[in-house]
Amino acid sequence: MRAYTPKDNVQAKSYYTDRFWVAPQVAKSQVSDDAVFTADLAAIKAKFDVLDAYVQVEQMVVVINAADNYAVLELLKNECEYTQLSEMSAIDWLATEGKFEIFYQMLSMTKRKRVRIKCKIDENEAIQSVEKLFRSADWSEREMYDMFGVVVNNHPFMKRILMPDDWEGFPLRKTYPLQGDEFAAWYEVDKIFGKEAREIIGPENRDPARIDRYDTQRFSRLGHEVPFGTDISQGEPDTPLVYQEQEGVFMVEKFDAEKSVVISDRQR
Amino acid sequence: MQQSNRLRPFFENISFDREDNELVLNFGPQHPSAHGQLRLMLHLQQEQITKAHPDIGYLHRGMEKMAENMIYNEFMPTTDRMDYIASSSNNYGFALAVEKLIGLDVPRRAKVIRMLLLEVNRLMSHLFWLATTALDIGAMTVFLYAFREREYLMDLVEDYCGARLTHAAIRIGGVPLDLPDNFMTDLRKFLDKVPENIKDYEDLLDKNRVWLMRMENVGVISKEMALSWGCSGVMLRASGVQWDIRKEEPYELYDEVEFNVPVSDKGDNYARYKLYMAEMRESAKILYQVADMYEGTSTELMAHAPQYISAPKLEIMTQNYALMQHFVLVTQGMRPPVGEVYIPTESPKGELGYYINSQGGPYPYRLKLRAPSFWHTGILTDLLPGHYIPDVVSIIGTTNIVFGEVDR
Repeated sequence: MRAYTPKDNVQAKSYYTDRFWVAPQVAKSQVSDDAVFTADLAAIKAKFDVLDAYVQVEQMVVVINAADNYAVLELLKNECEYTQLSEMSAIDWLATEGKFEIFYQMLSMTKRKRVRIKCKIDENEAIQSVEKLFRSADWSEREMYDMFGVVVNNHPFMKRILMPDDWEGFPLRKTYPLQGDEFAAWYEVDKIFGKEAREIIGPENRDPARIDRYDTQRFSRLGHEVPFGTDISQGEPDTPLVYQEQEGVFMVEKFDAEKSVVISDRQR
Repeated sequence: MQQSNRLRPFFENISFDREDNELVLNFGPQHPSAHGQLRLMLHLQQEQITKAHPDIGYLHRGMEKMAENMIYNEFMPTTDRMDYIASSSNNYGFALAVEKLIGLDVPRRAKVIRMLLLEVNRLMSHLFWLATTALDIGAMTVFLYAFREREYLMDLVEDYCGARLTHAAIRIGGVPLDLPDNFMTDLRKFLDKVPENIKDYEDLLDKNRVWLMRMENVGVISKEMALSWGCSGVMLRASGVQWDIRKEEPYELYDEVEFNVPVSDKGDNYARYKLYMAEMRESAKILYQVADMYEGTSTELMAHAPQYISAPKLEIMTQNYALMQHFVLVTQGMRPPVGEVYIPTESPKGELGYYINSQGGPYPYRLKLRAPSFWHTGILTDLLPGHYIPDVVSIIGTTNIVFGEVDR
């Protein structure tokens, strides 16, 4: 029987798995251990539901409801001095929970502290844009939409940013294979030559490590040198090779090791 | 007869006339000063820009996707391809993030070597910035001088790791090699010349009329704008925010060395140029101090953590168990604990952050690369309107963006 491969997560999997392996955890500590974080958390808790809060690797992580994201970031920016949104993006948990996790990485330069605000949304749910608070979210929200298909409401220019506008599929989802899907293989052919040229050109090779042993038209052929485009599937024809150096080239002298000068110190 | 296909459509029926005077200019992606792969769509009234729309993605290789499909050590050479002007700083950011995830402490000699590499990379990057920006504006001489100096630094790095551009010179848990014999003498020889070299560049540029025209009061970024756009590094410090991660959240040995963080509140191109020059002097200062730290450190180069890091070569070749563990680590990869980190470092371009979400497997569940240049490109949307066409080149120049990093 063929081994079952899950379709909801097609990323590389470990070949070796130990059933009894219990993965260790990165230590989490209480927010109350840190005075600055305690005050910030209290400010958030006064107005919003906090689902979870802890400190991990010197940064506070606060889990909130997705509907509060704009208001919480506004509070952090205006009242808690978190003036910079250094990063935001999503994590794909569709396979296990059917949700996206969205994180906002905030920085306070006056307090020298970093806080991560996290929330979860369903696959077809949209999230409120924070572009009005932080202009940097303009591009990161576009990138998040481009890579995950998470729609952001009230964004001024909700378009793909890294991939082409007419791309189909969202590359960073776990269901999207590393080498690209069917659409990706035909994208350039369809776009440049049209669908009718598919049979002539064939799908794009999206595996950079793939080498076709019988391909004599591309440069990465393995084996002896044969003229361009020769069919070698039935064996390689014996091609006598003549190099122009053999009879000496006009104006070019052969290398003589004895006459050359070796420079050991480059005089730095 | 025109041969039309979908890339080159038949243009006969398209009208290029517009009601108003606006002209849409496509700047790049093949423009020599577009830093490789930047395409800017500029809306112009005469020579003045009314709207700018940066279009990126021409160098997108999906590094975050690749990271999800690679073991941690495998990803290290890929990080080189982000900011390929100073690739060791990318290696370092990733190594540090994984070390924090695991909770490793790196031997002191490895720290010293890493510091040396990081600062040499910063010098390389700033020299490259100076050279190309000066060239874009028309100062060919500075380009030649700065590239000569950068060449010496590349030779130094080549002596250390064999590569000049994509170093991969840092490993998770330490560094792979000790310094070669001549490294320190060559480095000091170079450092002795740094002040006079920088003075030469400044003599050529500081009061140069063309340079001043393109630099002074051009591309002014206000403090609010810089903060809101997530600017970091020189882009932020030129706008009056004193924030250097090396100083404020010190990593490695930056808390043991003396250096200043140059700041300016002008926010224009000239301020950024002066900060780059000042930072080069500071880097040289740091390098002198770190070079003195090397003497007397013990010879260990990699952290001792058998579960995550392979043992030294000698042990692998002599002890059975070390060999077994090495085999497992190479074929299966290390499995860091479950958890997530976001580790920022001060790369030559700004705040380079790695967010890693590990689920205890040999592949990261999610890896987000926070590259400073991404937002430094985004800010062009707000920065360029109001400027003139010749200023575009100098503004792109002083933002110091590298497209390997923008598109990832």
